Amino acid sequence: MTAPDPAKPRQTPLRAVHERLGASMTEFAGWLMPLRYRSETAEHQAVRGHAGLFDLSHMGEIIVAGPGAAAALDYALVGQPSSMAPGRARYTMICAADGGVLDDLIVYRLADQEFLVVANAANTGVVDGALRERADGHDARITDQTDAYALIAIQGPAAAAILGPLTDIALDGVKYYTSHRGTVAGREILLARTGYTGEDGFELFSQPEDAEHIWTTLSGAGTGAGLVPAGLAARDTLRLEAGMPLYGNELGPDTTPFDAGLGRVVKLDKPGDFVGRAALTAAAQAPPRRVLVGLRGGTRRVPRHGYPVLWDRRPHGTVTSGAPSPTLGVPIAMAYVEPEVAAAAGNGDAGSSDGDAAHGRLAIDIRGRAEPAQMTPLPFYRRIK
Amino acid sequence: MTVPENLSYTAEHEWVSIDGTVASVGITDYAQQALGDVVYVSVPAAGAPVTAGEPCGEVESTKSVSDLYAPVDGEVIEANPDIDEDPGLVNTDPYGAGWLLRIRLSDDADPAGLLSAEEYTALTKEAE
Repeated sequence: MTAPDPAKPRQTPLRAVHERLGASMTEFAGWLMPLRYRSETAEHQAVRGHAGLFDLSHMGEIIVAGPGAAAALDYALVGQPSSMAPGRARYTMICAADGGVLDDLIVYRLADQEFLVVANAANTGVVDGALRERADGHDARITDQTDAYALIAIQGPAAAAILGPLTDIALDGVKYYTSHRGTVAGREILLARTGYTGEDGFELFSQPEDAEHIWTTLSGAGTGAGLVPAGLAARDTLRLEAGMPLYGNELGPDTTPFDAGLGRVVKLDKPGDFVGRAALTAAAQAPPRRVLVGLRGGTRRVPRHGYPVLWDRRPHGTVTSGAPSPTLGVPIAMAYVEPEVAAAAGNGDAGSSDGDAAHGRLAIDIRGRAEPAQMTPLPFYRRIK
Repeated sequence: MTVPENLSYTAEHEWVSIDGTVASVGITDYAQQALGDVVYVSVPAAGAPVTAGEPCGEVESTKSVSDLYAPVDGEVIEANPDIDEDPGLVNTDPYGAGWLLRIRLSDDADPAGLLSAEEYTALTKEAE
């Protein structure tokens, strides 16, 4: 594999499709990706109400294979992939020795001795490097196979009905966070019931040369059911409403999984050592340094990444992600705030509607002006199952 | 992207239509495409003085926010009353129903510094 030219973004196998559809393209994590096709709000609403089709081929696919693959991953990650049955998938993280998050991942156990690790595009190189280093001494081969896969997601309440007739996999039997080998539109795929939108949906890993055929077949079959192509802009507001963290916003090297409220992914009771164990054991026992909370803006001005969260007019936190919520019709945000503020604002919020103790004390500094905000439990949106 | 011939433009992607002493102002098709879905526009109230080249409001979209710059010196006569209810007009009809402000030019206002359609088109090409 030749090293990618940093000046020139990488292109997915669906580049020509996006161009035909007239997508606005943007550079994201070194890849040229569709930001939106028409209106990102309409794409967002289509996913909530019907279905959306996403090109996620920028995501990193790393294969970990060999007799020592499970043990290598147990040491490298905070989860316990050795306890997964083949066909299962799990959300997990890879941390540095100091407990900081290097990336959040989905790990698929494809076979007894074969795992697929799906990493964020921007972190694929870091994850690949860390896995190689940590697999040292284990009988496991690590290969970055990103270029060998296209990844298409179909997400939304109509996803199963659209995909069902086009695959030889009985979707009724496909549980959430499992993967199955089969075909879609006659092409071999690995199908997983996973996603990043808060809706039911599927992710399809295919050969790059099959991606266009799969995309156009799904697109043609789904148009009558309200399926539309959806870009990264819609993907971001969908995941934010669903309260899902984004690496670089809610997660980073200065964040532990516990900070993000995701301590459950750290399996401190697994046997053997793993990278970050000592620091994460301490983090699990220490009082939280900060708390990830949901905020609802009280005006139409939108909180954005990096804006200070104010309590009694003083900064006590920082917005990590913010956007106008298409579903709720108000600005929403996730933010790290000091635990005392989270407790006080949460109490006020849960209190009676008339005597709201937190009223007027919580605000977001939006370019120099304090706009009132309310703390609200995450997620902002939960689908009705 | 459309750039109507009969309008004037600024480097900050506003369009201006001057009729006597009154300038109508909005953001260009290029700007609305770059912003994405507009969800909120804040503009000065009628009576507010504005200065050419200075920020006088902001345009919020799903992904970002950008300042609105006053293209001329003067006093705001009217903000588009429909924008508050339907900010998407900025996307669907940026040069028509999506207009944002009407400004009465001050006596010493000098709109000569505005760009022609040709100059503005060249500027947007440069940015790409």
